[in-house]
Amino acid sequence: MMLIPCPFCGHRNESEFAYGGPVKPDRPEPHETGDEDWVEWLTTVPNPLGPVEERWWHVKGCGTWLTIWRDTRTHEIVEGPGDAG
Amino acid sequence: MQVRRLPSGGRIDRDRPLAFRFNGKGYMGFSGDTLASALLANKVRLTARSFKYHRPRGIMGSGPEEPATLVELEGRHASANRAATTVRLEDGMAARSVNCWPSPGLDLGAVSQLFAGLIPAGFYYKTFKWPGWRLYEPAIRRAAGLAGAPDAPPQDGHFEAVHAHADVLVVGAGPAGLMAALVAGRAGCRVFLADERAEAGGSLLDRRLEIAGGPALDWVAETVAELTSMPNVMHLQDATVWAYREHNFLMVNERSPANPSIQERNWRVRAGHVILATGAIERGLVFPDNDRPGVMLASAAQAYVNRFAVKPGERAVVFANNDSAYAAAANLLASGVDVAAIADSRDAVPGHASDIAGDIPVMAGSVVTGVRGQRSVKGATVSGRDGRGASTIECDMLLHSGGWNPAVHLFSQSRGSLRYDESLATFVPDEAAQACVSVGAAAGELSLASALRTGAEAVARTTGTEMPDLPTATGESYAITPLWRVDAPGAKGRAFLDIQNDVTVDDVHLALREGYDNVEHVKRYTTGGMGFDQGKTGNINIIGTIALQKGVPLQDVGATTFRPPYTPVSFGAIGGIREESVVLPYRHTPVTRWNLDHGAFMYEAGARWRRPGYFPRGDETFQETVNRECRAVREGVGVYDGSPLGKFELKGRDVGRFLDHVYTNLMSTLEPGQCRYGFMLTEDGLILDDGVAMRLGEHRWLVSTSTAHADTVNGHMEELLQTQFPAWNVYVTTVTSQWNNATVCGPKARAVVAALGTDIGLSPEELPFMRFADGHVAGLPARVVRVSFTGELSFEINVAPRHMRELWERIMETGVPFGIEPVGSEASHVLRVEKGFLSLGHEVDGTVDAHDLGMGWIMSRKKADYVGKRSVELRRRSKAVRRELVGLLPVDKKIQIPEGAPLTPGGEKRPSEGLVTACVWSVVLNRWVALALLENGKSRHGETVHVRLKDATIAADVMEPVFYDPDGRKMRS
Repeated sequence: MMLIPCPFCGHRNESEFAYGGPVKPDRPEPHETGDEDWVEWLTTVPNPLGPVEERWWHVKGCGTWLTIWRDTRTHEIVEGPGDAG
Repeated sequence: MQVRRLPSGGRIDRDRPLAFRFNGKGYMGFSGDTLASALLANKVRLTARSFKYHRPRGIMGSGPEEPATLVELEGRHASANRAATTVRLEDGMAARSVNCWPSPGLDLGAVSQLFAGLIPAGFYYKTFKWPGWRLYEPAIRRAAGLAGAPDAPPQDGHFEAVHAHADVLVVGAGPAGLMAALVAGRAGCRVFLADERAEAGGSLLDRRLEIAGGPALDWVAETVAELTSMPNVMHLQDATVWAYREHNFLMVNERSPANPSIQERNWRVRAGHVILATGAIERGLVFPDNDRPGVMLASAAQAYVNRFAVKPGERAVVFANNDSAYAAAANLLASGVDVAAIADSRDAVPGHASDIAGDIPVMAGSVVTGVRGQRSVKGATVSGRDGRGASTIECDMLLHSGGWNPAVHLFSQSRGSLRYDESLATFVPDEAAQACVSVGAAAGELSLASALRTGAEAVARTTGTEMPDLPTATGESYAITPLWRVDAPGAKGRAFLDIQNDVTVDDVHLALREGYDNVEHVKRYTTGGMGFDQGKTGNINIIGTIALQKGVPLQDVGATTFRPPYTPVSFGAIGGIREESVVLPYRHTPVTRWNLDHGAFMYEAGARWRRPGYFPRGDETFQETVNRECRAVREGVGVYDGSPLGKFELKGRDVGRFLDHVYTNLMSTLEPGQCRYGFMLTEDGLILDDGVAMRLGEHRWLVSTSTAHADTVNGHMEELLQTQFPAWNVYVTTVTSQWNNATVCGPKARAVVAALGTDIGLSPEELPFMRFADGHVAGLPARVVRVSFTGELSFEINVAPRHMRELWERIMETGVPFGIEPVGSEASHVLRVEKGFLSLGHEVDGTVDAHDLGMGWIMSRKKADYVGKRSVELRRRSKAVRRELVGLLPVDKKIQIPEGAPLTPGGEKRPSEGLVTACVWSVVLNRWVALALLENGKSRHGETVHVRLKDATIAADVMEPVFYDPDGRKMRS
């Protein structure tokens, strides 16, 4: 069971969270996006071998939707590209 | 008579004799015995039959590595497939062998030995192919005959699961683990020390070693006493660490908690650092008939004489390729066992080993090529490695040692990598993947002095404390020359690699010949290493056999993946107290008690809510009950408890625009006091939920959802607000359990609410359809909402939970003159189908959109954007054939169509063109009516379609999906 850092509650057991899936790019403006690009955004979920940014909902805790970087090979929670500094 | 019990010594209590039964016969043992040691003390030799060939088997090990003797415990201790070596003897215990009938001595299944040559690896897969494995599997599994599960939960006590945190978790209380725990405890760390045996000491219990100039077990006792005195140390015995998960999370199965009402306790420990002092496990040697009763691991025999004061036999031949068996032989000799010879496969025996052997004849460069005796060893044939000079030595046991394998199971579970060590001829821990360190024999440090040293060092390093002075320890050195199998000429017969699953050298060769040349494939094809023992004594011999056959180094063959559990764990321990009603408790409304008192038949209504299905009266049939409740609503008045509906209060300046984004229709234009029914979609355009939004004030709204989807909708709204619109001023509060409601519905509903007494104007002008008003009903603060899920005039009276029971009882009293009936979910289902109202999970099945349901109007054209809009537009542009909602009238109105039944063209065996989503007996039409999703259904009204069942077809006419009051006059009245 992973230990997930909640910004409000600290490190908590994974069983307190619901998985929200990998973070997709920002939602494109629907009417300025071509069909193919929309389908691409809608259906292609990041699935790297390595660090992936993903959302978790602290549903049995404070209710926060939080974002972590998790290495899919090891379950280690790692620093994301934007976390440094 | 415990004829094989030594008069003194051992870790048993001779003052506490225990009576037990094995295969129906009574025996005596002592407190401190395992079932295996007690059986050996009673000279019970034949204890099991093998899994596949039903060969006679005895006890071969002394701990969880035991590959041969599985037992089923009966009565109070009922549990299945336990290794006899890990069962602590208790007074009154009853056990029997698995896998033989009626007994291991007279096993009718043993005839399969005659066909043994015909059932090699993969035999079942190759033979029982037609028409399918599933046809044969049950019979084959029965013939293979492992024990069944107990048929009742334990009568005394329960299971428990608890969480714990530790700075340092030490696995194993042998010399390395005790030393580690001591250093960590003295440094003030929170220490969790768990060991699988009944008492601490690890291998020191099995051997005769010295620490600090005295018996090693004196040092163990002092150390345990010091640990016990430390408040920061938790020390558990008879507790196996069986899983090592991510983020240093480990599972510990404690089997003898001090509290007698707890059978077993499962600890979930989050550790800062883990010290793996799991010791090493001796592996066997591979020679013909290495499975006969009386063939035993040398270390096991050593454990039996030293720890249990039991002689496993009278005259032994020892067969080894390493030094450790010499001490075992010497201990046996000192306990009065005649050791006929040590056959050592190495050409040169190290001097310190032959010194230990003393007067025992050592035959260097020799191997055992055969075993005499079927049900018990009678002799061993020993020859040179080249097969020359064969002679048979009489003996009643054959002790063998193929070397020592560090117990790397947990290290490997933690994703640490393994490395083949040439000098130890085994796999040892290499790179750790988590905060853990292997110490002592688990790290390949096989001497006592290095166990103590590495245990202390690991903790000193991780905690930054100083190395303590280490006690002196008797030294033994260890050397090995690997021998993966005996292939001397003259060695004929089955040489087993996996005793438990009857996997032989020939089976592995066959697998390699047939192309299964990856170690994981060999494992699955032969089932080698897949038994209850998980190949603890045999896996590395399989790897060695593959390496020899392929001519590659063992490192290149690699080890198979180690997975939890390390040893079998009972399901009860895994579940803890999370059984039955505790796992997912039911949710109740304040009316549950009233419902039960009035004979309601209760259903689960989604999200674990318990709701009344129907209220049977007298000797009514089910259908009569439902019809009565429906007629009450259509013709008079009924009331149902709508409390479980999900409810959320939204507050803030941006609620309007937020609701416009999550609902398909326009919500921001609602006036305070107004309600609107709407759909929420997911971004891919499918229907997430339907519900009603009401505007309470300028910046306050209340949103209701379907019962089962409340949590999903909550997560959906919160995710959008927190990740996409963090700047929007919207607060979502769950109020599902803060508002209860009783919904009075039917033509007489207005009269009943008026009779209850209310300060709210009830006329259609004052409180029209889809409006609500706050005030009092029956003297209770209430909000009355005019929504309808039945198609009738309805007043949803919402009150605080503390008023709900009173409101309900007042309604039932006041309603008597009007003939009011309580209505269950069965009748609600009928009423909504008659009206063609949707039910998520019936008509809304994860493929349909609003247009398919004839509700295109709900998809706002005024709004430029909302969740799902773009995707629905995209999908509809494809012009693909859609399944659309229709009503069906079975041509024979007395025929009910099963819900979910497929519609096919002409009722023929062709791809379906739709399905029936609901079918009910309509009390207004006095016939069966159904809703269905049908390809191009909207343009097919008037057609006759066919339901295809297994042995019949049902013709039905297609119509609008509404059977009652199509204009909605009644509900608006």
